[in-house]
Amino acid sequence: MLVGCADSERGEGDDRNTFVFAGSEAPKTLDPFYASDGETFRVTRQLYEGLVGTNPGEVTPAPLLAESWEQSEDGLSYEFELKSGVTFHDGTPFDAEAVCANFDRWYNTPENQQTDDKAYYYGKLFRGFATGPTADAAIYGGCTADAETTATVTLTSPFAGFIAALSLPAFSMQSPTALEEYQDDAADNVLTTDYSTQHPTGTGPFQFGAWDQGSGEVRLERYDDYWGDVAQVDEAIIVQIESPRGRADALRNGEIDGFDLVGPADVAPLQDDGYQIENRDPFNILYLGFNQAQEPFGDIRVRQAIAHAIDKEAVIAASMPEGTLPADQFVPELVMGYANDVTQYEYDPELAEQLLAEAGATGATITFNYPTNISRPYMPQPEDTFNAIRSQLEAVGLVVEPVSNEWNDYIPQVQATEDHGIHLLGWTGDYDDTDNFLGVFFGQQSQEFGFDDPALFEEIAAPRSLPSPEEQEPLYQQVNRDVMDLLPGVPIASPVPSLAFAPEVDGYQTSPVQDEVWNNVTVGE
Amino acid sequence: MSIPIPPAGPSTTPGASVALDDKDLEGGLSLWQGAFRRLRRSPTAWCGAVIVALFVVVAAAAPLLTSYQPGSTQWAGDVTTTEIPGPSADHWLGLDRYGSDLWTQLVYGARQSLLYGVISTVLGLAVGATLGALAGGFGAVGGRFGTVVDATIMRLVDIMLAVPSLLLAVSIAAMLGQSGTAVVIAIGAAQVPVFARLLRGSMLAQGKADYVLAANALGLRRSRIVMSHMLPNSMGPTIVQATLNLATAIIEVAALSYLGLGAPDPAIAEWGRMLVAAQDRFDDAARLAILPGVAIAITALGFTLFGEALRESLDPRTRR
Amino acid sequence: MLRFVVRRLLLLVPVLIGLSVLLFAWVRALPGDPARSLLGERATDAGVERINEVYGFDRPLVEQYVSYVGALLRGDFGTSIQTGRPVTESFIDYFPATIELAVTALLFAVVIGVPLGYLAARHQGRWLDTTVVTGSLLGVVTPVFFLAILLKLVFANWLGWLPTGLRQDPRIDATHVTNFYVLDGFLTQEWDAAFNAMAHLVLPAIALGTIPLAIIVRITRAAVADVLNEDYVRTAHAKGLAAATISRRHVLRNALLPVVTTIGLQAGLLLSGAVLTETVFSFNGIGSYLFTAITRRDYPVLQGFILFIALLYCLINLLVDVVYGLIDPRVRAA
Repeated sequence: MLVGCADSERGEGDDRNTFVFAGSEAPKTLDPFYASDGETFRVTRQLYEGLVGTNPGEVTPAPLLAESWEQSEDGLSYEFELKSGVTFHDGTPFDAEAVCANFDRWYNTPENQQTDDKAYYYGKLFRGFATGPTADAAIYGGCTADAETTATVTLTSPFAGFIAALSLPAFSMQSPTALEEYQDDAADNVLTTDYSTQHPTGTGPFQFGAWDQGSGEVRLERYDDYWGDVAQVDEAIIVQIESPRGRADALRNGEIDGFDLVGPADVAPLQDDGYQIENRDPFNILYLGFNQAQEPFGDIRVRQAIAHAIDKEAVIAASMPEGTLPADQFVPELVMGYANDVTQYEYDPELAEQLLAEAGATGATITFNYPTNISRPYMPQPEDTFNAIRSQLEAVGLVVEPVSNEWNDYIPQVQATEDHGIHLLGWTGDYDDTDNFLGVFFGQQSQEFGFDDPALFEEIAAPRSLPSPEEQEPLYQQVNRDVMDLLPGVPIASPVPSLAFAPEVDGYQTSPVQDEVWNNVTVGE
Repeated sequence: MSIPIPPAGPSTTPGASVALDDKDLEGGLSLWQGAFRRLRRSPTAWCGAVIVALFVVVAAAAPLLTSYQPGSTQWAGDVTTTEIPGPSADHWLGLDRYGSDLWTQLVYGARQSLLYGVISTVLGLAVGATLGALAGGFGAVGGRFGTVVDATIMRLVDIMLAVPSLLLAVSIAAMLGQSGTAVVIAIGAAQVPVFARLLRGSMLAQGKADYVLAANALGLRRSRIVMSHMLPNSMGPTIVQATLNLATAIIEVAALSYLGLGAPDPAIAEWGRMLVAAQDRFDDAARLAILPGVAIAITALGFTLFGEALRESLDPRTRR
Repeated sequence: MLRFVVRRLLLLVPVLIGLSVLLFAWVRALPGDPARSLLGERATDAGVERINEVYGFDRPLVEQYVSYVGALLRGDFGTSIQTGRPVTESFIDYFPATIELAVTALLFAVVIGVPLGYLAARHQGRWLDTTVVTGSLLGVVTPVFFLAILLKLVFANWLGWLPTGLRQDPRIDATHVTNFYVLDGFLTQEWDAAFNAMAHLVLPAIALGTIPLAIIVRITRAAVADVLNEDYVRTAHAKGLAAATISRRHVLRNALLPVVTTIGLQAGLLLSGAVLTETVFSFNGIGSYLFTAITRRDYPVLQGFILFIALLYCLINLLVDVVYGLIDPRVRAA
């Protein structure tokens, strides 16, 4: 009743076409270079663009602000041919000088911002900065503006994932003049500078309107001089609602037009009520990890038994959105390096019991760690996932002792202590690269998995020094096969991330890596 | 029919019991006998007692009321993200989202609530009453040194009171990690300041009573005056408060579970936990949320009614 | 009176100092590790070490405490580890939402509770009284979060009458001056904004206000009943004074005392209840923010927010005592 009144007033007073979208958290900053979280990138994707993007709906790199590029013979330098006639929101032209200004800015990040909570992606992918403890490992050589629309970036050692990495929103092109005027990279708190909160300036289809720090609401205005398809809506508003249920409620009462991270239980009811559900191709992986330092997981037969005891389809039915497929290796299918012929561990409780008996672990008590009060794209409902797997393990005679933690205690417990058994964890990919999955999980000795296998670490590291993805692919496929024989964990599934929209929303292009720009979104009557 | 209602709810706020502090209590034994006699005539007390008795019986006889084990997830395979099996011949209230029998969970949930509620209140009462008795005893008859002891304890209590009680419990539970013990300790600790203040208040009031002055004048040992006269005479309001706190404690156990601070097993038979697990499954299974919620409310109602009747029968001000 | 207030304010000082020490110890006794909390899945040993170094988490506790107290004395409550925003600023952002909610809840409780309690007392033993008393009992024993869930289920999900999830419809381009959205709507005369913000407050406020309502009803009823039985009221009746005059001159004024005290004492209940209510309704106030800070191990936010809340809570209690003194001359004299 009350809403009805407000609705009609709004309809009369405001004929602007607005797209309201809800995420789960407020962005941390509007300078994407200092961010590594999806909620920040959701906003900055609308404001900024990088040299490289992705093909719509895929993970493959595609031209964006750079129309084309060429890698040199030695594989160390890249010549970018830039799109002409592009301007930043403040009128500054986008040219080779601007590109080099951005690359140089990243490289010269002051020491106090080099931590993984800020310049994470640069530190990870370019391996070091001009100063600080990682300076020796840095692979950035320099950038030259050869012509107005030609820039050459040189590296000091090969980096096959360079082009794919540039599609990350952290490496968006930002206006050098606006940075000069409003950003202070050396600030004590770079997340609260004028630039990071009030003056983000890129080349994207939307420009900054306002950011209400209290409600977390960000308002973006259409940028009329955008070089590509000018946005269909006048204004895009991003709000934050923490619980999936709350987001679904807000969509139902018409206050938002769409939201991300739909709870698995909300999918069917929303569809029944006429709302649209869009699924991203999954680019993530959920696994059940073994801590081999803890008995009895050092025994391969126990690990195999547990792999055979798990009915992945049932786990998916109990805790993941419809359409999720089970996983048989530690990378999702979209990733370069995915192998079609890894060892399969079929659901076979009898075989599992037999293997346990052989290992002398029949009826063993095992610790099972899982996080609570958290929803990750690869793990929408950890409690349900835990419960489904637990009941299957109990069915083959294991005694499960549950240990739960808040997410922020869980990560240290699992990653930095030996005090955990089997555990649920996963990863959402950043860009198309096997190393971005396997390197993170098994690239070095870790307390999470509790094994030391230098041969495997070496095998994972080897492809990094190759200059092109084509040369890496067969090596990565082999790594995937080998890992599944060693079985350091059981890959469970790649849950499908779902978005929901009001019936009148059209033109939202989903992307596995969330490269979702809203210029073609329309909101009908 | 009139149900006489005393002037305060089962709030853990200190002031709710202020009315009791300054009252004039008679001798120990006769007081309790009189109270019991009045209690037997009170319909409120009977109502409360029946609910509490029912609750205790269900909690104690849980294994007889169901043939399944609590927290058993053997039917987990039947539950999906879109469907939870409803009532059937085998499960007359259906399953919950973790594949346990809902009736079994509800019945054993009573046991869990009783256990958590009673232990935490006893814990709070023991620590709080000790602090209160020390502060009150020393404050009343301990001279200058006693005043210092009193002041020190009361500043500590003030600090605890400066943080709203649920927030205090959440803070303590967060520190102790996710376990049932943590919840019990947290809720017990959050009750400490209430009991401490209440008992100290009534003891200080007793300290001014004529018989204490007389005993002092007679040269009785002060520790003896405190232990065998002042303390027994001051316990009334504290015990009433403890009964009322049982209701609050049961609600707060559920609240902490609701905030995700309970035991590590999601399928545990605990009402608050069941409620939180059910809240995003309204559309297909509203019973999962409503039944445990109603169970909490009824139990709290039982303890509240009984506690208030007890308070009334002990409090001469409401006796007319 | 002034001396009383000054004395009480002075008593606050040791409480706050003690609390700051306890809070400091408490946040460090929490399990977990802020650096790893910050990095999540992306945490590596090297990355964590670097953060500990840059943020000073690895410095000796005594040193950390000294710098914490030093900063406190300068009025600097630090910055959130998670968001990088100054704690004071976040508090100012979230505080109005909670106060707006709490005040609405309290208004709901008082406006309905006092008349109901009064009527119940005047009709003692009759059906109105019995209904009110039973209702208030149910109000007290229903857990806040259960009531909140039910209200949301019925009025937002099934009937669709009232919105939940935000504080205001984002499509209304409201000007926010004070961050009290309803007040802002009135100040800027953006009536639709004010109205919409009010609509969003209804359900959370009812959920939060129900327990205080139940308590206020019972206190009022008991207080009025007490006064009605006093000799001077009987005398007034015997003298043949009009019932209305008696109510105005004697009953209400004397019954007001316990009622005012009770209303003041609801502050703590409201702040506690806000944590739960805000969680259920996805309402962005200090309650839900504080709870998030606990789960994320955001040390500075925890220390700052709990100190602020404690200060607020103590000041409200002081205010209650002052008002009490103003109403009751006997207290003033003492």
